[in-house]
Amino acid sequence: MDPEERPCADTWTKSSSGSESLQTRPTNTSFNDFNTQQTFSFNNPFGAQISVTSNLNNQKQMSDPQESNNTQDWDPRAMLNNLSFLEKKIHQLQDLVHVIVRRRGQNTGQADEILVQQQQLMTADLTSIIVQLISTAGSLLPSVKQTLCPESSISQQFGVTNQTAGVSDNVVFQHNNSVNKLEDPSDMTGFFGAEQNCPIEDHEMKSDDDADEGENLPPGSYEILQLEKEEILAPHTHFCMICGKGFKRDANLRMHMRGHGDEYKTPAALTKPHKESSSEPILIKRYSCPYIGCKRNKDHKKFQPLKTILCVKNHYKRTHCDKTYTCSRCNTKKFSVIADLKTHEKHCGRDKWLCSCGTTFSRKDKLFGHIALFQGHTPAIPVEESKGSAGPSNKVEQLEFKYKSDAPSGSSCRNVMDLEGSGEDPISYFSPLNFETSGIDGFQEFPRPPFEDSESSFSFLLSGSCDYPPKNGRYTGSNDME
Amino acid sequence: MKKQLVPESSFSRFDLLSEEIVFIILDFLNENPLDKKSFSRVSRSFYAIESRHRKFLKPLRSEHLTKILNRYRYVSTLDLSMCPRITDASLGVISGRCKEMLRSINLSRSKFFSHVGLSNLVMNCGNLVEIDLSNATELKDSAAAAIAGAKNLERLCLARCKSITDIGIGCIAVGCRKLRFLSLKWCLGVGDLGVGLIAVKCKEIRSLDLSYLPITSKCLSQILQLQHLEDLVLEGCFGIDDDSLAALKLGCKSLETLDMSSCQNVSHVGLSSLNSLAGCLQQLNLSYGSRVDRALADSLRNLSMLHSVKLDGCQVTCSGLKAIGNWCVSLKELSLSKCMGVTDEGLSSVVTKHKDMKKLDITCCRKITHLSLANITNSCTSLVSLKMESCTSVSAEAFVLIGQRCQFLEELDVTDNEIDDDGLISISMCAQLSSLKLGICLNITDEGLIHIGKCCLKLKEIDLYRSAGITDSSILAIACGCPGLEMINIAYCEFISDRSLKSLSKCSKLNTLESRGCPLITSSGLAAIAVGCKQLFKLDIKKCRNVDDAGMIPLAHFSQNLKQINLSYSSVTDVGLLSLASISCLQSITILHLEGLTPSGLVAALLACGGLIKVKLHASFKSLLPPLLFEHLDARGCTFQWRAKTFQAELDPKCWKLQLADAE
Repeated sequence: MDPEERPCADTWTKSSSGSESLQTRPTNTSFNDFNTQQTFSFNNPFGAQISVTSNLNNQKQMSDPQESNNTQDWDPRAMLNNLSFLEKKIHQLQDLVHVIVRRRGQNTGQADEILVQQQQLMTADLTSIIVQLISTAGSLLPSVKQTLCPESSISQQFGVTNQTAGVSDNVVFQHNNSVNKLEDPSDMTGFFGAEQNCPIEDHEMKSDDDADEGENLPPGSYEILQLEKEEILAPHTHFCMICGKGFKRDANLRMHMRGHGDEYKTPAALTKPHKESSSEPILIKRYSCPYIGCKRNKDHKKFQPLKTILCVKNHYKRTHCDKTYTCSRCNTKKFSVIADLKTHEKHCGRDKWLCSCGTTFSRKDKLFGHIALFQGHTPAIPVEESKGSAGPSNKVEQLEFKYKSDAPSGSSCRNVMDLEGSGEDPISYFSPLNFETSGIDGFQEFPRPPFEDSESSFSFLLSGSCDYPPKNGRYTGSNDME
Repeated sequence: MKKQLVPESSFSRFDLLSEEIVFIILDFLNENPLDKKSFSRVSRSFYAIESRHRKFLKPLRSEHLTKILNRYRYVSTLDLSMCPRITDASLGVISGRCKEMLRSINLSRSKFFSHVGLSNLVMNCGNLVEIDLSNATELKDSAAAAIAGAKNLERLCLARCKSITDIGIGCIAVGCRKLRFLSLKWCLGVGDLGVGLIAVKCKEIRSLDLSYLPITSKCLSQILQLQHLEDLVLEGCFGIDDDSLAALKLGCKSLETLDMSSCQNVSHVGLSSLNSLAGCLQQLNLSYGSRVDRALADSLRNLSMLHSVKLDGCQVTCSGLKAIGNWCVSLKELSLSKCMGVTDEGLSSVVTKHKDMKKLDITCCRKITHLSLANITNSCTSLVSLKMESCTSVSAEAFVLIGQRCQFLEELDVTDNEIDDDGLISISMCAQLSSLKLGICLNITDEGLIHIGKCCLKLKEIDLYRSAGITDSSILAIACGCPGLEMINIAYCEFISDRSLKSLSKCSKLNTLESRGCPLITSSGLAAIAVGCKQLFKLDIKKCRNVDDAGMIPLAHFSQNLKQINLSYSSVTDVGLLSLASISCLQSITILHLEGLTPSGLVAALLACGGLIKVKLHASFKSLLPPLLFEHLDARGCTFQWRAKTFQAELDPKCWKLQLADAE
């Protein structure tokens, strides 16, 4: 699932044909959020110049191989190419959204598993198309700026080296463009939304961020690196020094470098770079989150570094980005990291531990931890159980019916007799002959103080009313049943 | 109080009595439930006063709940243990009538209600403080969630509610924050999470029964943080081990009673953690646990408040007992029932040190001899209760010491011992004796028992099961000398005849009569009992061949408190059984091998007897009765126990004991 690694636009169209997702909105939001972005990092001391460099960095990340060869000077043909590609993609997107709309119309209310799977496929493909759109659109912008500010070519070059040399050049002490960039329209945070929008925190997903909390490295014993927001949010971490093309894996970059000349084909260039430097003493690297005020930011009083780049990425997305990935099954849970979504989708719907507040948990102990923590929250009884008890409650209603007809009237015998035909309640099988019920009637036959109307409830002296010989006679009938 | 009928028309002198005074009189009318009934029949005003006075109600039939609750508007305690069938509709009636008055309800013997009814009850009766839901095996978490609505609940018993899980308990923990007493015994669906949440949310808990729950150290540490916990039962919690008990070291300053019987994974290592409870722990039960050796006894040595220890069924070593003897505290209660390895040496070292012993249980300590008994009686002179069933190595002479030295004895169990008349004559000096068990004591005769009858005026309970040497004169003496007698067992005392029963009929408080296998007893003797002993609730006349229908009819008329009867092998027929069916509170009948019983008669009796809960029948009837009948009785809450035993002729007592010895 890495569109940028594919060399040409044709393969993209192929890959994304067939199914789409619902996320047409993000393309707009990236611009809508522009303002919030600005205010958000208002106190940026570096100003516009830095933003430019960052834009260039971004361009490098996003640019297509075709025009990335020409990045040094602005190529209108490449721009046109990009524009036509954008057009094509937008049409594709429209088509697919139409398809979705139609399908929704047909299958309303059908909770089919296949349908859900189809939707998931569509969501995934649509996401990839939109990512492509954004990156292509982003690649257009710096070219424009380039014409506006001539010195940018230097910074651009700088940016490129930065990128290709990897994170180590961005070491915070070096004081280069490590601060958040604001006026970057292609900013991916636009896509992911502003930090303030972060919805309900996901307790379960946080754990791996905090996994290294126990680590107590003395300050200074490690090198603190701070990636920029764009780097963190960029899909790639490895960039070609020559053409700027981005890759997810260093191995893929090395394979790519072979295309740039024979000097990159030597076995030494192709082996893992780290292995060579293993003889040198390696300074432990730890990472800082670029978000100021965050506990993971190096300026925080109780700074806790992040262990790996992956940690940085996951941490930044989870904590400082909008949660844009919605689970297609439950439509409630949102995630900012796709892997989290996938983990969730694996057990979505099987979250059987439910709190009265509506939060679901995959594990019972998590639910109980939650309830122990919050006042007034209580475990919710699963729906199946209350439904399951519908059987008995039906029976109960029956009995209630019987009861109503039985209790208030003194002549209960007749009522019960009427019921006997229809009632399936075993208690009424014998009720006309039932001694207890007949006791209510038979009761009056015996001399009793007039005020003692409820005496039968204790039935201490009921013995008199249960005169066995006549009853015995009646019961001989039951003998015939055998 | 019986027949004080005042002419209704004229002015009644009783009207001059203020209601308060009549209430006080009524407070004393508790012995026989029929007394209050008679009282309320005196006059209209008495009837009204009695209606207003009654706070406690134990109805016999759920069908009449509406009527009785209309009459008794001030009932705060409702015991429904006699009503096997309580439906949601019944609970609806209760909640509609009792409303805020109701404080306590017992549903432990009732079935057929669901979470709907409970929810209704809890919603309407906001002042409910106590609910007993034991044995409601069908109830699920939804019912527990309904209970959770009872915000003022303080006591809740959920014993054997097997279908309730952590979720349900979680609801209760959140809803019932004032809980003080909670029993979750046998709630197998409840584990660490549920119990842990109880500990977190219900801070007022005083008493917690967690027997047989699959709990581990996880929740134990939370439980022990409860500030007011006084009584903790962890019987049969196999998940509790030595490591779990380490949580005790954190300290629990209030725990007074700890029951860890059948906790097989706890050894002296874990018990040494109990030292942190030294300032509060008073009663400790370690029955059926690990071996009581020196290490275990030493680990408990510092419990300075301890006064009661139960070690039933444990393997006990001599050094362990000696170490208990060296404890700094003076035990008041020690139970070594069925302990293997109790010897004269060990037991003597314990009893000589713990001189304040009030209760001692050495049942089935078969190795001890007269030496132990001499030591016990010598040092523990203030013994109130001594249980020593089947201490077979103790010689007859030793029992004389009991009467000579332990004059404060109230309870003595010498079942299956060598005690003889001399021993009994000595024991008759214990004037406070209220319970005496002499079952299978083949050496005793009338001579000794007559002394008991003459001297032990406070005797309430006497067991003469298979003490074959007894004749009518013993029973005569006891019946005359002990007017307060409540329970007597004369099973398999062959020489007992109607004379005994007629004399026993003077004991008006007699509630339990077991006269199994007394061939001389006839219906006339039984009739005398029925007339005289109005409070009789348990009667066993199995193998009384001469008892027939003529004995049942007076029983049916007079013994209106009879709950349980065994008629097997007697000569009672359909007629007798049917007449018994009119006893409204009869709950359990055992009718095996009744020759005169026909299927139709049985059907009629079963249908007529509305309060039946348990019927023990011969399996041959199973096919003879209509299936519809079973369904009907099942819906009423009656269960059947089928027995397929063939008819057995009775052995003579001596032979029976020989057979018993062979079996061992």
